[in-house]
Amino acid sequence: MSKIGVITFPGTLDDTDAARAVRYAGGEPVALWHGDADLRGVDAVIVPGGFSYGDYLRAGAIARFAPVMGEVVTAARGGMPVLGICNGFQILCEAGLLPGALLRNAGLHFVCRDQKLRVERTSTAWTGGYADGAEIVIPVKNMDGRFAASRSTVDELEGEGRVVFRYTDVNPNGSLSDIAGISSADGRIVGLMPHPEHAIDALTGPGDDGLAMFRSVLGTVLA
Amino acid sequence: MARVVVDVMPKPEILDPQGQAVANALPRLGFTGISDVRQGKHFELEVDDSVDDETLAKIAIGFLSNPVIEDFVVRRLS
Repeated sequence: MSKIGVITFPGTLDDTDAARAVRYAGGEPVALWHGDADLRGVDAVIVPGGFSYGDYLRAGAIARFAPVMGEVVTAARGGMPVLGICNGFQILCEAGLLPGALLRNAGLHFVCRDQKLRVERTSTAWTGGYADGAEIVIPVKNMDGRFAASRSTVDELEGEGRVVFRYTDVNPNGSLSDIAGISSADGRIVGLMPHPEHAIDALTGPGDDGLAMFRSVLGTVLA
Repeated sequence: MARVVVDVMPKPEILDPQGQAVANALPRLGFTGISDVRQGKHFELEVDDSVDDETLAKIAIGFLSNPVIEDFVVRRLS
């Protein structure tokens, strides 16, 4: 069975749900600790949401220096699939694995809602299980979700088809080009602000639209 | 020992809704004539004399600021 690592930092909130999502998708979740420079032989890594280190300085700015992140950066550069969700996305940007940064929501409010997204790219390790252009609903819940980058970076992301998810009904935070999630050039690293791990079962979320993300990577790493 | 100040500001092209909120509040509070506010961060570091400018720049660009969205200025106060 494929092993998917889920990192816990001080202040991480969604590691339990991410591990549950991996189990639902048929994988074996492996708990990874921020202080250990060890990925425990996993096939892919999820950096889950929360408020690592209290979001002190900037969201993700301190977590990127954690011992485990050094291993994640090395493994990701070698092609290991990595998914950053919410605070995890912020950490991947701070670590330089994804371009851009996430800033305070334009409306200055914490936004928590079931969010409609369009899947813009299915040729990534984490979205292969979606239909092209699929509209999905998964929760978004953050204070710092506004994607920002230089114009040239955004043009590059758009030109290379690296915008993976886009907000459709409303843009909840003022993100440039309605960007909700992006990928690395090779599609192995994906970061998004909304939470697929909270949408894997209609009993506990708006539906199960998020489950395909975890199933996709299991298909990728098994392939 | 010296005191070093690092000021970190959002780049001019980056939307600063916190600064805007402050700017919008000022007229309501009776303060007029202020057309714009930008909000940033101010760090004060107590550093040994052995810490050179290059090290301070590394601290500012690699940790205290995010060069994607922010500019910084390092000043030594004697």
